[in-house]
Amino acid sequence: MSATQTIDWIRDGQRGLGTRAPAWLADHRARALEAFETIGFPTTRNESYRFTSVAPIAGTAFDLASPEAEGAAAIAAANEIKDSAATAVVVNGCFDETLSAYGSLPLGVVVDGLANAFDTDGSNARDIASQLDTDGLPFAMLNAAFLEDGIHIVVPEGAVLTSPLQVVVVTLPEDKAVMAHPRIVIEAGGQSQATVVLSFVGGGGQPYLTNVVTQVRLGHGAVLELVTDQRETEQAFHTHHLHAYCEAGAILHSRAVSLGGRLVRNDLAAVLDGEGAHASIDGVYLADGDELVDNHTSIDHAVAHCTSHELYKGILAGKGRAVFNGRILVRPDAQKTDAKQTNRALLLSNDATINSNPQLEIFADDVKCTHGAAVGQLDDEALFYLQARGLSPAQARDMLLHAFANEVLGEISVPELRIALEHRLFSRINRYLAE
Amino acid sequence: MLEIKGLTAKVEEKEILHGIDLTVNAGEVHAIMGPNGSGKSTLARVLAGHPGYEVTGGTITYDGQDLLELAADERARKGVFMAFQYPVEIPGVNNAYFLKAALNATRKEQGLEELDAIDFMTLVKGEAKRLQMDDSMLQRSVNEGFSGGEKKRNEIFHMAVLQPRLAVLDETDSGLDIDALRVVSEGVNALRSPERAFVVVTHYQRLLEYIVPDHVHVLSEGRIVRSGGRELALELEDKGYGWIESAGAGARR
Repeated sequence: MSATQTIDWIRDGQRGLGTRAPAWLADHRARALEAFETIGFPTTRNESYRFTSVAPIAGTAFDLASPEAEGAAAIAAANEIKDSAATAVVVNGCFDETLSAYGSLPLGVVVDGLANAFDTDGSNARDIASQLDTDGLPFAMLNAAFLEDGIHIVVPEGAVLTSPLQVVVVTLPEDKAVMAHPRIVIEAGGQSQATVVLSFVGGGGQPYLTNVVTQVRLGHGAVLELVTDQRETEQAFHTHHLHAYCEAGAILHSRAVSLGGRLVRNDLAAVLDGEGAHASIDGVYLADGDELVDNHTSIDHAVAHCTSHELYKGILAGKGRAVFNGRILVRPDAQKTDAKQTNRALLLSNDATINSNPQLEIFADDVKCTHGAAVGQLDDEALFYLQARGLSPAQARDMLLHAFANEVLGEISVPELRIALEHRLFSRINRYLAE
Repeated sequence: MLEIKGLTAKVEEKEILHGIDLTVNAGEVHAIMGPNGSGKSTLARVLAGHPGYEVTGGTITYDGQDLLELAADERARKGVFMAFQYPVEIPGVNNAYFLKAALNATRKEQGLEELDAIDFMTLVKGEAKRLQMDDSMLQRSVNEGFSGGEKKRNEIFHMAVLQPRLAVLDETDSGLDIDALRVVSEGVNALRSPERAFVVVTHYQRLLEYIVPDHVHVLSEGRIVRSGGRELALELEDKGYGWIESAGAGARR
């Protein structure tokens, strides 16, 4: 049993939340803080953090970020999707109504600040937020300890949205390192269809921590494309726990693109809890310089006749490091499960590393589960083939990298975002390779 | 156009070419024949600039320039084309997209304007039709899932679009049935012109019934042991390679 540790900057930050919170919220925060202080920041002795030291986070005394941050408007504007049905902006953890914009949303669609939703009669936001299970997730505990605001999205039963909803989360330190703990709650009603884009961006020259929790509920037959567009600064720490719960026949397409941050830890959990539910859990990430990107995914096949398809692709340059841990849990009742997991990584330098670990826990006997991992360099014969037709070595390399990333990027249904992400990916790769 | 003198080359520390001399003029078709392991494909790959093949001696002059000074992509942009014996499958790279990038890289080098998407598609659809290629092959990933015949046809299609000055065909006939062989050969013959030269590497005489060469060279153990006209190919068809190999071996000693 480890001793309870009190971390001054966390206590100080929590006091910064003020005392006006309703009783349930104050209680929720207090319990989460207690849970966090019982285990503290994970060390590399923790199996789940074996290859990922969060010492740089633990060792930085972050201030709680102030919601008024000059320059946030420009950063949000630069990362907005023009054709979105709604854009909700979070600045330093708090919903910023003046920066948010709504087009003509179908009746019943809610895109609002989470604190507003907590105060709204009939909203599920409070129930969902307070039911967050943080077991084994220290950063989710920390998020709960700082629960204050974020975004609430409701796509009502049967609604079909043809344009994406976008959440832009801006964290902007001024003269000191800051932290923000936004919570995003998404409810996709039965038979609804929508695309939600979560964009994480930042600015300033100081370090910052964006510690997000996203809770997603998919009702019967709902189809949700959830794009995570992570483009934090080089000074950023980014931790994100995404929990998606799928009822029968629901289809979740998670497309997580990670192109920023010096230390990134994503904990993605999808629970398939109704027959016929399907989850595509895809990701593409880049780590160069000294960056570390850690993707821990967990797909819980709780009932029979569900399918999951997972594909993560990493590009590692410089001294970039990556961790991939893909857990697939098939519970005893989950017969006829069909689960496929693939992790591929391209190492563009000799100093880049990846630790890839499939973690299959199968307790049913009539299932199909496959996993595969491949780590390698660009194919020399393919490079030669392209060059022998006249492409320069850089053009040939980019074409192969493009093809590699496009297996995931190409599936994103928002063309404007796809192009922006490709551009970001290639400008970063080229910056590294030009050095 | 192409002058090879005393060329020696090795791959993985093993010398394969022991001194090749060959002159190819514009407008000519030269066939390089020889048994397996004689160095035919090595010669083709050295001409294309494959980094796995190291030239240890001799010279190659192409249009008055030292070809060995140029990287593979520079050679390609200056009009040297090799149809691969084993075309590489490249998942995720669209065939038409790649070919457009290749064509425009070459056009840029030659001071020509880049083709826009519409002009390009008009061009490639015409060439694909001539080679009896299904349009869907344009939109598939390069060579991915193509049959052996489709791959070879795609190589000739690339050649037809890129319009090289010097085309090296490395065993383009292998894996082709007789109908595909005819179509591919017609594609090659349509490109024959006084400004363009071909080096056709093949094991079998069969291809040369369709692509009639001006000169035939027989390669054995890394040297050209006989050169002649078209009749030399027919002689090989009758007698096989056995007599050449012993003659070649004799000549070396």
